[in-house]
Amino acid sequence: MKFSEQWLREWVNPSITTEELESLLSLSGLEVDGVEKAADDFSGVVVGEILTAEQHPNADKLQVCSVSDGNETFQVVCGASNARAGLKTAFAKVGAVLPGDFKIKKAKLRQVESFGMLCAEDELGISDDHGGIMELAEDAPVGADLREYLNLNDTILEVDLTPNRSDCLGIAGLAREVGVLTQTAVTVPEVATAPVGIDETFGIELINDDACPRYLGRVIKGINPTATTPLWMVEKLRRSGVRAIDPVVDVTNYVLLELGQPMHAFDLAKLSGGIRVRLAEQGEKLELLDGSEVELNKDTLVIADHEKAVAMAGIMGGEQTKVAEESSDIFLECAFFEPIAIAGRARSYGLHTDSSHRYERGVDFTLQAKAMERATNLLLEIVGGEAGPVVEAVAEGKLPTRDDVILRPERLNQILAMEMPAEKVEDILTRLGLELSTEANGAWRAKVPSHRFDISIEEDLIEEVARVYGYDNLPVKSPTMALGIEANPEAIKPIRLIRQSLAARGYQEAITFSFIEPGLSKLFDPVNAPIALANPISADLSVMRTTLIAGLTKALQYNVNRQQSRVRLFETGQCFIQQGEEMAQDPMLAVIATGSRDPEGWTGQSDAMDFFDLKGDLETLLADSGILDQCRFEPAEHPALHPGQTAQIIRNDNVIGYIGALHPLVQKELGLKGSVYTFELKLSELQDGVVARFESLSKYPEVRRDLAFVVDEATPVAHLMAAIKEKAGENLKELRLFDVYQGKGVEEQRKSVALGLTWQDASRTLNDEEINDLVDQIVSSAQEQFGASLRS
Amino acid sequence: MENLASLVEQAQAAIAEASDAQALDQIRVQYLGKKGEVTQLLKGLGKLSPEERPVAGDKINKAKDALLQELNTRRAALEEAQLRAKLAAEKIDVTLPGRGQTVGGLHPVTKTIQRIEDFFASIGFSVAEGPEIEDDYHNFEALNIPAHHPARAMHDTFYFNANTVLRTHTSPVQVRTMETQQPPIRIVCPGRVYRCDSDQTHSPMFHQVEGLLVDKNISFADLKGILEQFLRAFFEDDVKVRFRPSYFPFTEPSIEVDIDRGDGKWLEVLGCGMVHPKVFEYSGINPEEYTGFAFGMGVERLAMLRYGVNDLRLFFDNDLRFLNQLR
Repeated sequence: MKFSEQWLREWVNPSITTEELESLLSLSGLEVDGVEKAADDFSGVVVGEILTAEQHPNADKLQVCSVSDGNETFQVVCGASNARAGLKTAFAKVGAVLPGDFKIKKAKLRQVESFGMLCAEDELGISDDHGGIMELAEDAPVGADLREYLNLNDTILEVDLTPNRSDCLGIAGLAREVGVLTQTAVTVPEVATAPVGIDETFGIELINDDACPRYLGRVIKGINPTATTPLWMVEKLRRSGVRAIDPVVDVTNYVLLELGQPMHAFDLAKLSGGIRVRLAEQGEKLELLDGSEVELNKDTLVIADHEKAVAMAGIMGGEQTKVAEESSDIFLECAFFEPIAIAGRARSYGLHTDSSHRYERGVDFTLQAKAMERATNLLLEIVGGEAGPVVEAVAEGKLPTRDDVILRPERLNQILAMEMPAEKVEDILTRLGLELSTEANGAWRAKVPSHRFDISIEEDLIEEVARVYGYDNLPVKSPTMALGIEANPEAIKPIRLIRQSLAARGYQEAITFSFIEPGLSKLFDPVNAPIALANPISADLSVMRTTLIAGLTKALQYNVNRQQSRVRLFETGQCFIQQGEEMAQDPMLAVIATGSRDPEGWTGQSDAMDFFDLKGDLETLLADSGILDQCRFEPAEHPALHPGQTAQIIRNDNVIGYIGALHPLVQKELGLKGSVYTFELKLSELQDGVVARFESLSKYPEVRRDLAFVVDEATPVAHLMAAIKEKAGENLKELRLFDVYQGKGVEEQRKSVALGLTWQDASRTLNDEEINDLVDQIVSSAQEQFGASLRS
Repeated sequence: MENLASLVEQAQAAIAEASDAQALDQIRVQYLGKKGEVTQLLKGLGKLSPEERPVAGDKINKAKDALLQELNTRRAALEEAQLRAKLAAEKIDVTLPGRGQTVGGLHPVTKTIQRIEDFFASIGFSVAEGPEIEDDYHNFEALNIPAHHPARAMHDTFYFNANTVLRTHTSPVQVRTMETQQPPIRIVCPGRVYRCDSDQTHSPMFHQVEGLLVDKNISFADLKGILEQFLRAFFEDDVKVRFRPSYFPFTEPSIEVDIDRGDGKWLEVLGCGMVHPKVFEYSGINPEEYTGFAFGMGVERLAMLRYGVNDLRLFFDNDLRFLNQLR
């Protein structure tokens, strides 16, 4: 909310500077978001009156005016089309200094001398308006200093009020707050009861009195449709960020800004029968003041007459019944709506108004009569007419209630960790408008004023005391706590070690958005339909990822497109898959890489990386978690991966992930040229490691035999090795693959697989005979199962 | 005997001229071997008188020892020279870069989260995590934000349906922890959060770290103490810290914390407050028995201040040129 410092100071005027006021408000919870001057610095500008305005002899768009400053008459050349005889305007005389240190000097425009300048609002830094020179009121005193006349030596403050402080959404509330904070008396202007000149009334029915427990209305007849809003009001509105429109609207806006009470005026002639406050019918149409037409939902409260909805209650008036230039009789409304009946409604229509902002946070439910009198007085003063009596429809039992709140001194002192003096507490709460009494046990009982919607429990009072006392004045300490050692399962591999391990192997961590483009999702995972957001921020961020690989591939592509040829990335994060009623959100780890095996260097050209480079890194991670021997890799298919270069990662018969090369079609789709390799697996599996166990070290020698088998080229080596392991007996310590060969010396479509087998017994030296037996068994079994022959 | 001196001289000259170990061996055999010329002299001692014999023997033995020593010295010198030559031949340009060096790194958001976790771990906090797709109850209701509460407007929530949202803050993890654990509770909850808002200063996805301390007798002073210490540790600087009243439905009193790093400008860095009794009640903790405080901070904001990053969007472009700077 924006407000004028001068306006505030009319109500409460502590001896503090603007800067002090700003800091005071911020530190008491009314955060000051912006401070600006009501006008830029300028001097030497007075109210001038144009006596004559004539066409410039040498320029079509210029006029030569004679301008009076009250004493003398000056010839001024002016380009504004609204310059005309009789207009009172801002006159910068020779010697004036305008914003930007622009000095006004005697000048010659197209051979005609000009002694000064007539100014538009933007030239004085009052607003951005450059629609013409300023049009001052007819009664503006000619010759008066413009800054003084317009009261421009003012500051505009903008406070960003939290939703609980609706009581400060008006000058009156802000003044009350500043009064408390500075211990300064607040001058609340008297509001006299407006004179009632006619008897006419307009009926009011509260159909939904839960939502609208109080509604005041009155008729004012015979207003002057050509009246103008006085300068002081226009200026106050302007400094509050509200543009003047016409006197009736301006007065209702003024009361809203002054007291925090939204009001609305209807053209009486356009209303039929009487007012009915009711819920809208589903689909009922209403044209709003902003020109839009809305179809109302049945949860929306409307102000209706006997025929139609005429306003969206507490949000915006209707176009058809608004006060217009020809209106002479008006119906003025001032109501209290339950916050819960208004909350969220404006937003559901894409609206947000000064009125809805206040009603959904809470307007003082005792304020309506006062606001009605205030607005009536202002209207009678500005547009004239005669007012009818105020008609009040009220459902007393439905108005908000305020339960007393108990504050125990010991609780206060415990929360604040200090002995807060009782008189301090009483002083603060009393000045905030709470009525205090003391209970038998020494606690305070506080009666909460109607303007506060945010005080209902003890903690609310503690906050009020702490806030006004000053958070920065409260004590500081380090908490003392009983320390206990948390059980921390060693088998669980901390995620940060996994990340660190990848970083050490040259991978850079990426963080990609959890929502992606639906087409991309389909490209990488056509099986799982992604979970779609109801209100995505854009179409390309509209479904939740089911795999990390999609986003990581995009990140890789982003870098490849920026001349990075060797890219190695990883990401950890949740993926989201709908499984029946359940939404699975499992943390995953994915790695992606492309480019050369080693970075470019002087020691020789590095080959492009391949599947086994990435698989080596994956196996390192598995080994690091102690689970490599629980895992195996099986040829598999994956829609986004190369059919001949894809494996499932299987741990104890459960598929925990995939590794492979991106499918050439996927690469083509994304414009990626070099091969890209990737794997993804469940992070929980990688973290679920083992605690190491000691086995005694054998002091007997190892026996190693190297065997080269020739098998069909399609035989998976892992299968051959698994079969060999099974036959090699319990003393086999290591089975190492040291060569795979195809070519000269090996038949076509066969390959040679060279394995080193190492045996060792814990308690004795193994003899040649038993090893030879084992080798024989291995060889014959390999022959049976795989048609393997030993390479000669 | 008379030729001993000349023999020694010859041998010495030969040693001096020898250019390798092999030549030295030959010289040793020639003079000092079993049939060597100096050894032969010893054999001729028998021809001398018993009086002359020990004197002459002594002379020959001394000459033999001296030659042996000269041989050894020469051998050592030759070996040293050879080693020196070998070392000289093996000289490399040590300024050439090493082979295959490759550096990865952590994302600055992860680094920042880890630092925050570590500070709080050092005073007994543990890390808790929760789902990113949340139900309305844990994201709002149990945090004292009923439907239509104006505070919901501040959250710009992504919805899946009326009851399911992308969490707008990490605070639901507090609720989930309190539902299953009685005090004392000391947790930090890092993670991704989502708001339907995107421009230079807002990202639809960002990270928060939530913290919660619940125990008997936890006061506002504890909150101030811990957060002040944290901020000074995080920025490794004696930053000025101010506590400003604010409003969050799940804390009462609520506080925003600003820091001034010496340039006189206050920057908001985190929100916090004493846990609202209703939040305790929702989660089954007795607010009369326990009190506590919660805090929440934006990780990207802290990382930006810490590392001088000026554009939030850089964190999610995953541009290696950016990531490599901050790893």
